[in-house]
Amino acid sequence: MEKENATPNPRRDFLKKSSLITAVALTPTAAIKAADNQLDERIAQAIENVPCSIEINGTKHTMKIDPRITLLDLLRERLHLTGTKKGCDYGQCGACTVHVDGQRVNSCLTLAVMNDGKKVTTIEGLANGSELHPMQAAFIKHDGFQCGYCTPGQIMSAVACIREGHADNEGEIREFMSGNICRCGAYPNIVAAIQEVKKGGKNI
Amino acid sequence: MKQFQYIRSVSQKAAISAITQEPKAKFVAGGTNLLDLMKRHVMTPERLVDINKLPLRDIKEENKGLHIGALALNSTVAEHATIVKKFPLLAEALNAGASAQLRNMATVGGNLMQRTRCPYFYDTTTPCNKREPGTGCSALNGFNRMHAIFGATPHCIAVNPSDMNVALIALDASVQVSGPKGDRIIKMQDFHRLPGDQPEKDTILDKNELITAVTIPASTLTHNHYLKVRDRNSYAFALVSVAAGLNLDGKTIKVARLAMGGVAHKPWRLTAAEQSLQGKQVSIEAFQQAADIAMQGAKGYGHNDFKLKLAPNTIVEALKIASRI
Ligand SMILES: Cc1cc2nc3c(=O)[nH]c(=O)nc-3n(C[C@H](O)[C@H](O)[C@H](O)COP(=O)(O)OP(=O)(O)OC[C@H]3O[C@@H](n4cnc5c(N)ncnc54)[C@H](O)[C@@H]3O)c2cc1C
Ligand code: SF4
Ligand code: FES
Ligand code: FES
Repeated sequence: MEKENATPNPRRDFLKKSSLITAVALTPTAAIKAADNQLDERIAQAIENVPCSIEINGTKHTMKIDPRITLLDLLRERLHLTGTKKGCDYGQCGACTVHVDGQRVNSCLTLAVMNDGKKVTTIEGLANGSELHPMQAAFIKHDGFQCGYCTPGQIMSAVACIREGHADNEGEIREFMSGNICRCGAYPNIVAAIQEVKKGGKNI
Repeated sequence: MKQFQYIRSVSQKAAISAITQEPKAKFVAGGTNLLDLMKRHVMTPERLVDINKLPLRDIKEENKGLHIGALALNSTVAEHATIVKKFPLLAEALNAGASAQLRNMATVGGNLMQRTRCPYFYDTTTPCNKREPGTGCSALNGFNRMHAIFGATPHCIAVNPSDMNVALIALDASVQVSGPKGDRIIKMQDFHRLPGDQPEKDTILDKNELITAVTIPASTLTHNHYLKVRDRNSYAFALVSVAAGLNLDGKTIKVARLAMGGVAHKPWRLTAAEQSLQGKQVSIEAFQQAADIAMQGAKGYGHNDFKLKLAPNTIVEALKIASRI
């Protein structure tokens, strides 16, 4: 104990500061105690977790989570919805694209706790039971992928691209799909798949 | 990511007091720049004040011009009917930035405050005065292809990476802010600063001040174009960009507005070049002359010497496209 107390403990400072404000749902006295007693990381962490409720593919998840967890990591690591991929983790590739309240976003650059009260749709939530979404079917028909790593992001982005009204011609599709990088270069086939769904005129 | 405390603020007042209490606190809006930098340990706030639940998303026309809430999304602004019609420079600049997904997350306030994309700023193993004051500038004699040709100092030669800022400065926008000491309005021209010997400061905004809105006076520009030159056609930062706006009476230029991006530590308004155009007939010669005036005082640092030629060419091209000659 002596030795530990001799060195400044950032966690302890942090927890003490935490206790000064009330906006986060943690019990201040418990937090201070945890810091003073040098409790192990995991316990202290549990105290700092933030309550949060997100509807994912129609199911409401109410949880307390570490604020550092991105929406992407929540989906993949906690909820095991591994359809959404992590390509870069920095907003540069689009592999992590999901819909939040109907809008396509990069789930790697938003904290899960920032999505409290929102509705998230991932690639797992796109099909209607065993019936593929028209965009999924079109990607298969047009060979819109090779390795498939970018595909869930491409499909989520493509659906939004049509819904937004940004799929009127090839040039517009390429511009508004530029946030989804395909290392295999399946672009011509991806564009063809989107054009077919768009021409099909279905309300997707 | 380093540990931080997360606060979801429900009122402007609470947000400002939450930021004021903690010296190492930051607001978070879309998160697209801040979280990127936090993952890389370039920024390490101890408290994040989430402002997304504040009612700052409205876009409305006022008799003096346009009011855009700080939390309005880049995509919402770019698609807004009034903005597309009356302030096309802003819509075009926003659509030229990032990707559809990022524009759905990025806010106007966050875009104003986004940090430079200088690779050394991102690389915590290299010296960088902006990240760690006093350590030196790795770009000065390093890989500086993306860097400034105007207003740089040996302390920092980085550029402001935003497209939106270039349009906003051309449109004479103002930034409304609110802080513990009250509210104030900052002209876009004064909002971002040159590096001087304090490159760690991008803007004159105080740490505890919240951006609440951007306002733009009614525009009389009849001919507009935002031209962005980059390494690939989409989803890349500008090498050089130009916002060109003209009020034309027949072929006569009554008003000219010009600003450049990718060339300085702040969006770079070309006032002298604007003046040279006023009253002139639209012509390649007049545009060329304006570009020559704009380039006075430009300086390359090696890898970015190509901008000394690219920048004036981009000015002429943007004016040509805007005036449709
Ligand atoms: C891969 C990629 C490509 C990109 N390409 C481009 C491009 O081509 N052109 C371009 O212009 N941009 C580009 N961007 C940058 C993007 O535009 C910015 O990340 C975005 O605008 C930041 O907005 P945000 O709301 O997400 O900010 P956040 O990340 O939430 O915040 C950024 C900063 O602003 C501060 N802040 C936010 N709101 C306020 C407020 N209301 N008051 C005071 N301070 C505030 C935060 O504290 C933080 O310091 C790109 C980004 C990525 C990841
Ligand atoms: S140019 Fe500025 S941001 Fe880049 S290394 Fe030099 S000091 Fe840092
Ligand atoms: S993993 Fe999110 S954009 Fe690459
Ligand atoms: S199919 Fe392999 S990355 Fe797109």
